[in-house]
Amino acid sequence: MAKVQMPPRREMGVLLEIRNLKVEATVYSPGENPRDVTIVDGVSLALKRGKVLGLIGESGAGKSTIGLSSMGYGRGGVRITGGEVLLNGRDILKGGVQGLRRVRGSEVCYVAQSAAAAFNPAHRLMGQVVEAALLHGTATKAEAEKRAVALFTKLRLPDPKSIGYRYPHQVSGGQLQRVMTAMALCSEPDLIVFDEPTTALDVTTQIEVLAAIKDAIRDNGVAALYITHDLAVVTQVSDEIIVLRDGKMVEHGETRQIIEAPRMDYTKALVSVRSIEHEEKEPTPKPLLSVRNVTAAYGGGAVKVLQDVSVDVHSGQTLAVVGESGSGKSTLARVITGLLPPIAGSITFASRTLARRLADRSRDDLRELQMIYQMADVAMNPRQTVGTIIGRPLEFYFGMRGRERDKRVAELLDEIEMGKGFIDRYPAELSGGQKQRVCIARALAAKPKLIICDEVTSALDPLVADGILKLLLRLQKIEDVGYLFITHDLATVKAIADSIAVMYRGEVVRHGSKTQVLTPPFDAYTDLLLSSVPEMEVGWLESAIKGRRMESAGN
Amino acid sequence: MLVNSPLVRLIAQRVGLGILLLFAVSGLIFAGTQILPGDVAQSILGQAATPEAVANLRRELGLNDPAIVRYFQWLGGVITGDLGTALTTRQEITVTLMPRLWNTLFLAFWAAVVSIPLAIMLGLLAVRYRNGPIDKAISGFALASISLPEFFIGYLLILFLAVKLQWFPSISTVYDGIPFVEKLKAIVLPVIALVLSVLAHMMRMTRAAILNVMQSAYIETAELKGLSALDIIRKHAFPNAIAPIINVVMLNMAYLVVGVVVVEVIFVYPGMGQYLVDHVVKRDVPVVQAVGLIFAAVYIGLNIVADVAAILANPRLRHPK
Repeated sequence: MAKVQMPPRREMGVLLEIRNLKVEATVYSPGENPRDVTIVDGVSLALKRGKVLGLIGESGAGKSTIGLSSMGYGRGGVRITGGEVLLNGRDILKGGVQGLRRVRGSEVCYVAQSAAAAFNPAHRLMGQVVEAALLHGTATKAEAEKRAVALFTKLRLPDPKSIGYRYPHQVSGGQLQRVMTAMALCSEPDLIVFDEPTTALDVTTQIEVLAAIKDAIRDNGVAALYITHDLAVVTQVSDEIIVLRDGKMVEHGETRQIIEAPRMDYTKALVSVRSIEHEEKEPTPKPLLSVRNVTAAYGGGAVKVLQDVSVDVHSGQTLAVVGESGSGKSTLARVITGLLPPIAGSITFASRTLARRLADRSRDDLRELQMIYQMADVAMNPRQTVGTIIGRPLEFYFGMRGRERDKRVAELLDEIEMGKGFIDRYPAELSGGQKQRVCIARALAAKPKLIICDEVTSALDPLVADGILKLLLRLQKIEDVGYLFITHDLATVKAIADSIAVMYRGEVVRHGSKTQVLTPPFDAYTDLLLSSVPEMEVGWLESAIKGRRMESAGN
Repeated sequence: MLVNSPLVRLIAQRVGLGILLLFAVSGLIFAGTQILPGDVAQSILGQAATPEAVANLRRELGLNDPAIVRYFQWLGGVITGDLGTALTTRQEITVTLMPRLWNTLFLAFWAAVVSIPLAIMLGLLAVRYRNGPIDKAISGFALASISLPEFFIGYLLILFLAVKLQWFPSISTVYDGIPFVEKLKAIVLPVIALVLSVLAHMMRMTRAAILNVMQSAYIETAELKGLSALDIIRKHAFPNAIAPIINVVMLNMAYLVVGVVVVEVIFVYPGMGQYLVDHVVKRDVPVVQAVGLIFAAVYIGLNIVADVAAILANPRLRHPK
């Protein structure tokens, strides 16, 4: 096994200094004149060699923009309009295009959120991994490839000698993320910008990638900017943290100080997110929805995606279905809604047996079983106003027209805490959280008995997601509606569930009340899942890795 | 192993469908020529012919058999390489047609050799300097050239390059045993006319296909490695845009063979186009059928090549999990 060569440049001192950074972009909103908006304003920071600085904040806080400015790069028409970016003592913004090209890929490298999209599908991995090193002449082809193999080994990739000869689509998402880290390390940069490198991964895979990244940073003595919205993740890897909001710096401190003794209110809110109090309810004698021994498959029975699945949802209660991507959670929703007729098993809903196929179900079956989706913006017609979107189920199920319908739409908008001022707005004019609220109102308009929520908070920032969960719980109390809540986020589960079903490879491996499911002894998979959720605690990662009983499926 | 690979299956499927399509087209061509107005025997003998003479000729030509019988007789001949006999000249079509097909392919080949690399290069340059003066100049020139009808371009070329400057002959005469250089010189003007008529389409599609790929995250990765703009387009964007580019290139290649009629007539070039036009005028049905079938075969064949090339360009199909 080849050893990664330690570069002889561990001299201390400041590597990167950003002074008074200002970044602007021109926005073209429909029906308005183009205008300039400031994305980052007056941000200054300094990073010492070999140290890791975490940049955290919600979407739109300017994290990625600041990270990319250290490479002199503005994504999608974003312009750096003020300030200095000093790297190794010189301002890279003054070096022109050629100067920037010399910095990128040699002094600073970038690891993107979605490695699956960031690798060129037309080329083998190895060529892409060594490309920057060859371009900047830091190594010969043979040296660079040897180094790449050593890095693959270091990052615990399977088959380190041959994995480089595969194409991106032949490697799983978690592995690709590690290959991308190897790609960044291969040209031996002074600084790596990690832009949400584990956000797109399953929780059990995230922990492995996180540990690999952390080791690689430490052993290579490289400095890093670690961008994420997840405080628990950033706690594990960084020495210092900068909290950002709306392009401005909120707080800067040592990691321990930020999470244990935050000074600013906004930081406190971030740290204490998931403060939802929810009292677990006893199951009712007769479940509202009862899925019995359901087996479902794609391709005419060729690929079994659900095996003998049984779950219950009770009126006015929440069943959380948890599992990794590919575990069959969303397929279960498709089967319940009739989009994918099961090949065996039965579904009982409100004391009647549901037809297998959507086309055979009555209008009341459709009305009483509603759905809310992960991507609120694509679940709405962008050319319809909020009023039309929410009014549609009122017309369709209840035949409401004119003033009667408008009155009910206004009531629903009040219920989702938005008010009737939104009635004439288009989806594009709403924030992510507001869009999801409109989708909730649309589901409620049908007066359903059960709402299937498919990862409804996954695309939202933590504080916004919190608001949505609180709203859902409040509405459940008022409307006595049951939720089947599909999620991969265990913190959400703990916050809102009454009962839990844990899914793994198309089967339910654990099902019961929240207390039962979350109380040991655990089965191996539930244990892995629970122990993989990052905690806001310095040193959690090392102890969690040590205590693991099984490897993740690696999706 | 090889037989089970999805790649082989996909390609076999494309080729099979192509052959099926060709049979369908042969039926259409035959049906189409049957419903053409006019009577071949009548047009051969002229208006003054006696009804008996016309009836005799009809019998002799086998025109009294039911259409379906004649179709299968014709199809059987085609499959064995016999395209039948021209009604007007009584010559075997295969013998007359081959040199002309060869001439047309010769013309199309040189037009392709010039236009394809030129179109792709201009497309790459247009992307490199997108929305700038170079891009606008390339697009403007290409669109102007496609907006002018071929015959107009042809006559402009003759007027300036042949009549005024006298660089090239205005009539593309080629004959058996013509020296190669002379032959090339003879086809310069028609090649230019053809290139101008296919260039814009290929260039614009190359530009659009690459621009589409330029939005991808892996292009950003390449930029952040410090690659130059042209390297990014060449190494990272082009390989992923190859499938749509191949498609449009093949479509235009097919046009070079099939759509060459006007250009051949203008430059009096002895190719398939002229041959077809001559015999349509004379209502020589077997020749029209033969040429139509060859054009269809070229068209379908090139489209199969495009499909197969697009399949081969996809690493997911070449290297399954």
